[in-house]
Amino acid sequence: MPNLIEIKNIGKSYLKAGRNFRDTKVKVLKGVTFTIEEGLCVGLIGESGSGKSTLTRLILGLEKPDKGNGAILIKGLPVRQWIKANQGKMSVVFQDYTSSINPQYTVRETLEEPMRAMGHKGNLDGKIDVLLDKVSLSLDLKDRYAHELSGGQVQRVCIARAISTNPKFIVLDEAISSLDVSVQTQVLNLLHKLRLDMKMTYLFVAHDLQAVAHLCNKIVFLYRGEVVEEVMSWDLANAQNEYAKSLLASVIPFEV
Amino acid sequence: MSNLLAVRNLKVTDLRNQAEIIHGVSFELKKNSCLGIVGESGSGKSMTAKAMLGLTNPWLRSQGTAELSNEHGVLDLLQQDESTLRAIRGQRICMILQDAMSAFDPLAKIGSQMSETFIENKGICRSEARSMVLAALQMVNMPEPEQVLKKYSHQLSGGMLQRCMVATALAMKPDIIVADEPTTALDSINQRLVVEEFKLLRQETGTALIFISHDLGVVQHLADQVLVMRSGERVEYGEARSTFKNPQHEYTKYLIDSRLEMSKSFQKAMKRGAASA
Repeated sequence: MPNLIEIKNIGKSYLKAGRNFRDTKVKVLKGVTFTIEEGLCVGLIGESGSGKSTLTRLILGLEKPDKGNGAILIKGLPVRQWIKANQGKMSVVFQDYTSSINPQYTVRETLEEPMRAMGHKGNLDGKIDVLLDKVSLSLDLKDRYAHELSGGQVQRVCIARAISTNPKFIVLDEAISSLDVSVQTQVLNLLHKLRLDMKMTYLFVAHDLQAVAHLCNKIVFLYRGEVVEEVMSWDLANAQNEYAKSLLASVIPFEV
Repeated sequence: MSNLLAVRNLKVTDLRNQAEIIHGVSFELKKNSCLGIVGESGSGKSMTAKAMLGLTNPWLRSQGTAELSNEHGVLDLLQQDESTLRAIRGQRICMILQDAMSAFDPLAKIGSQMSETFIENKGICRSEARSMVLAALQMVNMPEPEQVLKKYSHQLSGGMLQRCMVATALAMKPDIIVADEPTTALDSINQRLVVEEFKLLRQETGTALIFISHDLGVVQHLADQVLVMRSGERVEYGEARSTFKNPQHEYTKYLIDSRLEMSKSFQKAMKRGAASA
């Protein structure tokens, strides 16, 4: 499968907290390299503070990596250049659904905004109905505000917004972590179906190995800013790295 | 064994519109045991715990009884005034809140907030408190605890803040720890670690635990009794093992089935590895 995104030897540092902070830097990412193949769902897993969120922000073009010989290329182009040339082809769904939706917008307005930004004019009701249908939300919810919906419903609205511009690639940054387990399963199944239907590529960032194994084809383990293991999800048991192994062994399974 | 805490017919009513939110929930907590409360968001899990501790908003009225017993006698938590409750919350019952980001004061450093708790409730001096904080942070496997002390809450991730909160509660060694989703933001290693810490604390000090979570795996691992809630009602209550093995209510079955569906791929991949090895 051709590569959609190539992450080559990326580094990122932030300034250290405390007094005299000007000189000291903390290196969050240390030469991260991996690829995201087109049409796959790649899972990115790591403990809190391992650099997952930093990496996603770099891939989304929200921040710049450290100067050096590293690069993030999408179809051979640097991230920001690719985004400029392909408006709306990259989307994101964040963990914190309440703060990623404007509380003054109804569901309809939330979904309309990205389409308007893409230059769609006139009545978008038909498109919105299709979107709501795709994420299995009732059409009655169109004129509700985010606070009138449950968490699972708001997250579905966020997913609908993410796919409203027919993206090629979606970053799911802990997109299901704030949901209940029963709702998580529903949303995971929905995401899986959407990816196949719309031929999308996912980067699924999470800390729940079981969810990652459920959705992803390939799993990348990030530890203290370095990629320590890359493994296909069916082959999880054969992970070689010590950290990956201990992550896998620590999962508390539910068995009946 | 006698009950440490007995909650009977707990009802919470919203005084603004007279709507009942919790419809008469009862449960018991024995010394040195763990009660798991499971259910979806909005089912009233957190509300039940907060009502018991007098932490609800002023427009909510709690009725029923929540009797906390010790060698000196029995105390109904719902009848106590604010200052008594405050002392109880600091020393005898610790609560680990779900939303770690908003549980800390954004204007004070983590180290001083954690030591404040110890100074206030244990009557120790600042330097003793500081070493206690460091020990507590090491207990939950915090990387670079010295650095963490100097940070503000927005400089740490949700998972790290959660571990700070868990560390504070564990170090207080109270009679009861009420933990509201303490492991959801953690990766599996740290989740396992925190869960083991809870277990260890229980063995060492006999601290009882009310563990609110929607992660059935963790609840199964920790809890002796389980309380299943849906829309403010008690759906099922009983021994954890038998409830999970043989759920009586449709809703419990549904929760168990969705969990099993999600972990299916993982279990399969790991089993395949075990077979080939």
